[in-house]
Amino acid sequence: MSDEQFIIEGTDFQKLLDALRQQGYTTVGPTVRDGAIVYDEIASVKDLPIGWTDEQDGGRYRLQKRNDQALFGYVVGPHSWKKFLHPPVLSLWKARKNGKSFEILPNRNDSPRYAFIGVRSCELHAIFIQDRVFTNGKFIDPHYQARRQKVFIVAVNCVQAGGTCFCVSMKTGPKATLGFDLALTEIIDGQKHYFVVEVGTEKGAEIIQRVPAKPAQPNDIQIAEERIARAAQQMGRHLDTTDIKNLLYRNLEHPRWDEVATRCLNCANCTMVCPTCFCTTVEDVTDLTGTEAERVRKWDSCFTMDFSYIHGGSVRASAKSRYRQWLTHKLASWIDQFGTSGCVGCGRCITWCPVAIDITEEVRAIRESEQVSKKGE
Amino acid sequence: MAVAVKPQTIEISADPMVPVPYRVLRVRRETPDTFTLELEALTSAFGHPSPVQTGEGSGVRAFAPGQFNMLYLFGVGEVPISISGDPAQPEVLVHTVRAVGAVTRAICALKRDEIVGVRGPFGSAWPVAEAVGNDIVIVAGGVGLAPLRPAIYHLLNHRHEYGRVALLYGARTPKDMLYKRELSEWRGRFDIQVEVTVDAARPDEWRGNVGVVTTLISRANFDPFHTTALVCGPEVMMRFTILELQKRELRDDQIYISMERNMKCAIGFCGHCQYGPNFVCKDGPVFRFDKVRELFGKREI
Amino acid sequence: MEMLDRLLAEHPFFKDLDPRYIKLIAECARNVTFKAGDFIFREGDPSNKFWLIRSGKVSLEVFAPGRGPIMIETLGDGDVMGWSWAVPPYRKQYDARALELTRALEFDALCIRGKCDEEPKLGYELFKRFAQIIGQRLQATRLRLIDIYGGRS
Repeated sequence: MSDEQFIIEGTDFQKLLDALRQQGYTTVGPTVRDGAIVYDEIASVKDLPIGWTDEQDGGRYRLQKRNDQALFGYVVGPHSWKKFLHPPVLSLWKARKNGKSFEILPNRNDSPRYAFIGVRSCELHAIFIQDRVFTNGKFIDPHYQARRQKVFIVAVNCVQAGGTCFCVSMKTGPKATLGFDLALTEIIDGQKHYFVVEVGTEKGAEIIQRVPAKPAQPNDIQIAEERIARAAQQMGRHLDTTDIKNLLYRNLEHPRWDEVATRCLNCANCTMVCPTCFCTTVEDVTDLTGTEAERVRKWDSCFTMDFSYIHGGSVRASAKSRYRQWLTHKLASWIDQFGTSGCVGCGRCITWCPVAIDITEEVRAIRESEQVSKKGE
Repeated sequence: MAVAVKPQTIEISADPMVPVPYRVLRVRRETPDTFTLELEALTSAFGHPSPVQTGEGSGVRAFAPGQFNMLYLFGVGEVPISISGDPAQPEVLVHTVRAVGAVTRAICALKRDEIVGVRGPFGSAWPVAEAVGNDIVIVAGGVGLAPLRPAIYHLLNHRHEYGRVALLYGARTPKDMLYKRELSEWRGRFDIQVEVTVDAARPDEWRGNVGVVTTLISRANFDPFHTTALVCGPEVMMRFTILELQKRELRDDQIYISMERNMKCAIGFCGHCQYGPNFVCKDGPVFRFDKVRELFGKREI
Repeated sequence: MEMLDRLLAEHPFFKDLDPRYIKLIAECARNVTFKAGDFIFREGDPSNKFWLIRSGKVSLEVFAPGRGPIMIETLGDGDVMGWSWAVPPYRKQYDARALELTRALEFDALCIRGKCDEEPKLGYELFKRFAQIIGQRLQATRLRLIDIYGGRS
């Protein structure tokens, strides 16, 4: 790998997809569906959200036409890459009755070799965070690991920030700095439409050789850096993370939790759209004859009553305790558990909350109440 | 900022979510709703030629007192159940199960030679090694005696390594007591103080103490400066037990408790068993009390 | 008499009590022994005694027609038994029965009440100690009310 950067013309983007597909990758990336930009298999550049952007605020998400033909002119949608690495529904194994006993047939289905197209820096960090959850402890999740080891990552640096973004606060963006095979910065300048490409790995270098690319000039790189820097100035939200773990630990009984509980619908949207939330449940099912059984793992949410059920009742019976669990896990206990925050500042939980509960606002309210009470002393 | 970690490369065959079939050797009724099962690894499990070896992937696995297994009943589901047998005899896996839900009810209805899936053992253990040389006071409530029994076996197997040993056990009624025969055997020994109490009883069915288990603590013989306390029962019972132990001048770092939470995976992936920063499945179930003191008094953590 | 003084002074219940007061209460005490099965008192009896159990076991019982006697509490070595002597209407509320050979110090409550009237400071010290006993019993009863062993299912 060299520090050399390349230029790919906008019109040659299809060739990048082709090169990846020829290498056996299933290319997945952003596409417009049901009024949102979601992640799904894309074969052609035409599948990308060409000329679309997203307008986001608390509880609000709208697609809007841009006045250009940008491929990555949006921020992030309701999907995240965890749906490919940590699938929402996964058969763990099947079991077959065998006389009195049974035989377990682990799911050894070959997982797809994905190439992720358009991974934002916050999303890269979300992947690193899930790596720590699933592949860095005493136990390894073989399903996650199999997918993760094979993945090819084409990152896209953000040149504009969304209304609910706060990656700068979480130090996770907007520029992708590590963990990618290729990182693109999309530049549209009058009639010019091109990508400045940074190569992160040998795999990335091999792919770039199969695509028409020319060396980037210092000027190209500088323009890219300026656009990324501009995005960093546009953050729609801000979260002060100073001593945040202890701030939340010492405020487990703060009245603010009661307040937010009166608004929270316990719908679990925030956990579904969150790129780091990893909780699951399992369902054990049998066929009608009772000779075959299967265990299926599904995404779960700490907002459900069942989540903490032990015989007799739920440990977290109140809405307040469930919201507190989610927020303190994300921003405080995650640090104790995995050595990093569980939040990357992507803003999805704010955008997709039907009642516009804002994680940055909740933390601010708790922090400010402490400052007020300190002053009052 | 998250820092990238290189995903470890391991063989994908060792899937910790895949249970191993065990055969039911014996089922004993402890109380009207609680049963003790003895299980043995199937020789044919997964075609392992000889499961009678300890270690990962083999049928028989050594366990430490206080650890638990996930028990799977074909097509019904899986539940975490603490191991209640003798750690010196891991070839017979012993579990005491109270029928409180769909899976546990089905497990309690198992008959000899039927098959149950086992994953484990998981979790932290009672500090039987750290406590060598100390007096031991064990306080159990209800089915909380089950996770403590392996520790009791260990203490009795290594009796000379410990000072005085007191077992204080409370149950709702005499009918709700586990391991009655063993309790009376232990009572007959000269080297362990056994005090048992029930909430209420008729004089014709019960000759022992009546009162809550916390009232036994003032009667236990131990030297507070050199004592380790092992406590297991419902959280509210443990809370009041800790208060009494503190009155006897035990420090929080001398007290160990065993926590219970919902669990789906037992390996830290499903998130259900979180207790503040802890995963009860891997950081617990046994915690030194000072490590969880801040959470223990808080509601709905 | 000196023997009784020492027994009392060593008992946790009288810990830190002025030796002068110990002497006073010792004048109201005597040693008693109950055989297994003996009723020490019955519900409704006038309450004019209380006991410090030195060794043995006593059960407090309530008799319920159709159910027979129900043991609600057992008291053993070192426990104080009886506090209804201290408050009107001075009646026993339970049956007390020795479950095994039980030795106790028995206090004449009329004598004690008399001493307390003469020495209000002694009365205060004694009532503080009984308040603690009553509090402990109440606590133990409340814990059983919430069924702390998880009997519900």
